[in-house]
Amino acid sequence: MKRATFVKKLLQAAMTILGVLVINYFLFRVMPGDPASMLARNPRMSAESVARINEMFGLDRPWYVQFGMYFGDLVRGDLGDSFIFKKPVALIIWERVPATLLLTLVAEILAIAAGMLIGVVAAWKRGSALDVGALGFALVSYSMPTFWLGILLVAFFSGYLHLFPVSGMISPALVFAEPLAKLGDMLAHLALPALTLALVLIGEYALIMRNSMIDVLTEDYIVTARAKGLSEGDILRRHAVPNAMIPMATIIAMSLGFTITGALQVETVFSWPGLGRLMYEALKGRDYPLLQGIFLVTSVAVVGANFVADIVYGYIDPRVRA
Amino acid sequence: MEPNTGARAIWRLFRSNALGLAGLAIIGAFAAVALAGPFLVPYDPLAFGSPRDVLQAPGPGHILGTDDLGRDVAAALVAGSRVSLLVGLSATLISMLVGTVVGVVAGYYGRWVDTALMRFTDIFLVLPWLPLMLVLAALLGPSVWNIVLVIGLTGWAGTARVIRAQTLAIKERQFMERARSIGAGDGRIIMHHLMPNVFPLIFANTILVTAVSILSETTLSFLGMGDSTRPSWGTMLHFAFESGAASSGALWFILPPGLCVLLLVMGFTFLGYAFDEILNPKLRKR
Repeated sequence: MKRATFVKKLLQAAMTILGVLVINYFLFRVMPGDPASMLARNPRMSAESVARINEMFGLDRPWYVQFGMYFGDLVRGDLGDSFIFKKPVALIIWERVPATLLLTLVAEILAIAAGMLIGVVAAWKRGSALDVGALGFALVSYSMPTFWLGILLVAFFSGYLHLFPVSGMISPALVFAEPLAKLGDMLAHLALPALTLALVLIGEYALIMRNSMIDVLTEDYIVTARAKGLSEGDILRRHAVPNAMIPMATIIAMSLGFTITGALQVETVFSWPGLGRLMYEALKGRDYPLLQGIFLVTSVAVVGANFVADIVYGYIDPRVRA
Repeated sequence: MEPNTGARAIWRLFRSNALGLAGLAIIGAFAAVALAGPFLVPYDPLAFGSPRDVLQAPGPGHILGTDDLGRDVAAALVAGSRVSLLVGLSATLISMLVGTVVGVVAGYYGRWVDTALMRFTDIFLVLPWLPLMLVLAALLGPSVWNIVLVIGLTGWAGTARVIRAQTLAIKERQFMERARSIGAGDGRIIMHHLMPNVFPLIFANTILVTAVSILSETTLSFLGMGDSTRPSWGTMLHFAFESGAASSGALWFILPPGLCVLLLVMGFTFLGYAFDEILNPKLRKR
């Protein structure tokens, strides 16, 4: 990738993040019924507390000073204090990130593997029962609320079959003799949430892979490969699949926002102790600083991941590199 | 090209499109239930039952059973269909208005207007929409119209992109140049020459956006942002989840609202794909 392209992408990502920061700022301070002024307007509050809040949010200063203060706090990693946890928001979020990362990563790997496999077979056997089935599955999984799928899986696997634990990341009040037993317990807790999230993603990935494969299979180099006398398996493995995989990289990156949204719902249903569960708790307690911190962190993570994917894509696909 | 000459031809194509017909039938059925609403079920969806009515399995009296507060599930479903349809359609209206204006203005005026608007659109396109919607909904407070506003104002980015692409393509066509050469102003060109050609795309997109809006409403309400005085299917699922119905096996109170969402969203998706296929054969093949 040329340096100019790289700089351009970097600037675009930076501008998107700046946009997120501005939206975040306006949400908190300018919207009707914003929490800062609501706190300050509370009639039961002493004049002293009002003054303290005004000072904390800089409400008595001009808007550009307020924005500067907000920006300075962000740079220092200060996202304010949570109302319900009475701790710095940045710290609380930091503690919850690993759980969300684990869930998202495992679900993504499952979904990418299964989605590509289904997509390849569906394209290869185009029009077959399997192809129609894959399309139907994609459509149903797209139309289904993610959290509802999670609830159904809980009802079936935990409520009915008693196979998996219903909630949390680790069994409470259990001391594990060996680290391996602890890992097994965690995997049992991870199984259903990861399956739910993967199921939601598989349909989309399979559909993209299928369409990409169908495109690739009509290319001249496939005809050439067949004319060379390559076996069908070799054509698939060496020529069709690698080329069909290229659009997948973009789709996976582009749907990261969707994945995060799914993970937030799945965590809520399974009480998985990540950002999603945290967000649900923050919502219930109307903990605005925490909510905004989560919005900010997930947004920046998605923009960052998209940027990385863009750069990686430039290396995978030589046509973009030029 | 007059936009209406094709109406009969479109209908003829649509009649032979099984997917589209199935979608229309599903939406029609839900619309009928929503309209007939109160006449169908003899219970007030908000009235709490007597203690012996609580969590009754489906049977005579309450054909779909009752929830944890003794409310009739069938009545709640019917009432929910009104809210879900109303919110889905109203939010879509806002999304389409914003998306069309942004897309047409960006595509038609080009240059820095295009760059600025598309950067702005990209922000909304890439952001994880759920946290943004939840922050907005929490700040505005739980009411049906706030939910409409939140979904409408966060869901327009995809539409803006599609409309812009179509506007760019049409701008290059000869009749646009002819219109300008005989002295038509921007407003007239946009309304009389551009819009009729963008409209089919807006139409197909509207239906697909409705599907997403209904799903968004369900998710927001499930997470407790719904208007508890006007419960939707998502609100029902919120109470079902909070009362632990999943692990206690009270499936009659979890399955129906979710199935309704699934069916209605599938109906709109079917219909959207069908129209997309009929109106934009080239776009579908690409």
